[in-house]
Amino acid sequence: MSTTNQSTHHTSTIGSIGTPSRRNTELALLVFAVAIPVFAYANVGLAINEEVPSGLLSYGLGLGLLAGVAHLVVRKFAPYADPLLLPLATLLNGLGLVIIWRLDQSKLLQSIQQAGTAAPRQLLYTALGIALFIVVLIFLKDHRVLQRYTYISMVGALFLLLLPLVPGLGQNIYGAKIWISVAGFSIQPGEFAKIVLAIFFAGYLMVKRDALALASRRFIGLYLPRGRDLGPILVVWFISILILVFETDLGTSLLFFGMFVIMLYVATERTSWIVFGLLMSSVGAVGVASFEPHVQQRVQAWLDPMHEYLLSRQGVGGHSEQAMQALWAFGSGGTLGTGLGQGHSDLIRFAANSDFILATFGEEMGLAGIMAILLIYGLIVERGVRTALAARDPFGKLLAIGLSGAFALQVFVVAGGVMGLIPLTGMTMPFLAYGGSSVIANWALVGILIRISDTARRPAPAPAANPDAEMTQVVRPS
Amino acid sequence: MSELTLTVMRLGFLAVLWLFVIVAVQVIRSDLFGTRVTQRGARREAARPQQQAARQAPPPQRQQSGGSGRRGRNAPTKLVVTEGTLTGTTVALQGQTITLGRAHDSTIVLDDDYASSRHARIYPDRDGQWIVEDLGSTNGTYLDRNRLTTPTPIAPGAPIRIGKTVIELRK
Repeated sequence: MSTTNQSTHHTSTIGSIGTPSRRNTELALLVFAVAIPVFAYANVGLAINEEVPSGLLSYGLGLGLLAGVAHLVVRKFAPYADPLLLPLATLLNGLGLVIIWRLDQSKLLQSIQQAGTAAPRQLLYTALGIALFIVVLIFLKDHRVLQRYTYISMVGALFLLLLPLVPGLGQNIYGAKIWISVAGFSIQPGEFAKIVLAIFFAGYLMVKRDALALASRRFIGLYLPRGRDLGPILVVWFISILILVFETDLGTSLLFFGMFVIMLYVATERTSWIVFGLLMSSVGAVGVASFEPHVQQRVQAWLDPMHEYLLSRQGVGGHSEQAMQALWAFGSGGTLGTGLGQGHSDLIRFAANSDFILATFGEEMGLAGIMAILLIYGLIVERGVRTALAARDPFGKLLAIGLSGAFALQVFVVAGGVMGLIPLTGMTMPFLAYGGSSVIANWALVGILIRISDTARRPAPAPAANPDAEMTQVVRPS
Repeated sequence: MSELTLTVMRLGFLAVLWLFVIVAVQVIRSDLFGTRVTQRGARREAARPQQQAARQAPPPQRQQSGGSGRRGRNAPTKLVVTEGTLTGTTVALQGQTITLGRAHDSTIVLDDDYASSRHARIYPDRDGQWIVEDLGSTNGTYLDRNRLTTPTPIAPGAPIRIGKTVIELRK
């Protein structure tokens, strides 16, 4: 073996790979993510009206323009951000728009005033959402600024959560009081509370996590926290029970409590919190379901959807036909689906393009399509968790985990509800479903994640040369 | 519209959707940023083998400055964390005192089991020379390899070690 070979063999260095900015990857994926909905749009038009829809060009240009502007802003203000978050969110939003437009075409839904002009409005909400996304990226230079507003966020989140209960402002839409009505618009404050609450939990747990993690006794493999450290989880549990009782919405309640438990687990690395969280949420849910009639109806419709459907058809009670109809929609889709625009999910009538939009996806794209959609959601969550792992500061870590955890829980609660795994709730599928609050809030959520990932992936500056280094000569044997 | 066209479009749409998912996963795969082994001719890495694994991102071809020639001429302008969980964090030096420790009101909050809550501080004296002072920490603060007992001036590029964290002042 020659000397040079040996020398290179011995002087290898292990260093981190310089993270490239990946903006061109993002652009390529974004073009792909805009092309798929345009193709789907043409497909729906051909299937329903036997012609390429006249709005194809304007719709494609609109979505492309919004995505392009968002991309340019990311390129300028967050050059090292994750390349996948923006294209994934754009694709989901675009597919949602296509399916909402497809349901707009349904004569049945038009006749009962459930749809007709939803797609242009959703495009407007998307534009507002991307505008908020841009505002977040431009004005939030460093996510650590949010840490200063820990307790203001708490007050803000409680205020947002309580808004639907204010008489005159809150709206009771089909049992769930999670809406407010301002100047003719229905707003779901819970969607925004989700983000604000994540900021509060992250700031709070960052300061308190040592006390919550270290002071504990070990008991059959579990670290049991001291009684007084149970305070915060009890308070959050109590608030989520209050949400369940007064707003009668299982989804919102589950989302907030679940988000807190996830962040508590990540902050303290104690499995016992998860055990406690699961116990407390099941006790709470069962307890409330035993006396709250609206929750009871939802549980009945979940346990025996066919019974409820028949009762409702015969006009003798029965509260929800949709749970059963959604299951039929999924069933008639089969593996490969009926094809876009060729299903009959408009028979669900009420909330077909919001809460139950996943049923249309399931029927027209089949199991294969639904799996792809759920994987895309999974990838968004994965990128959020990856951002949290890469973040250097504990606040950024917790915030990224909180936001992606809330996103994952929301997808689970809605998809599980529509598919009959858990009782139905009044929440909507992020990005897919028709609804301004949801689209706008989730674009802001993605904006914050992109901001954190930009900070996390920014390459570390190279260490300066050590002046002593070249003075040391190492004489190596052989 | 013929049945065949619609079937082709239906399957085509699913194929394109899955292609997108696969491309996205490929991007994730190529995006795994971890460690890589760089071949280089320098000798200092061999001299300190135990630090090789921890040291982050030394650019392969680097001109090493000629020793102690320019010391003290230019004041350092930033503080850089070069090892530990906070690697890559920089703080601009603008004449303010920088506190280091686990306390969450420190300038640099150390997430390090070996650091005390108020571990050390770095401040400029009247001449603008930066001084590091240990604040009675449990495990000590090291400048180069010496444990600090009194406030000590920091030479540019000298590593300050606190637990697993290493900090340097840079121009």
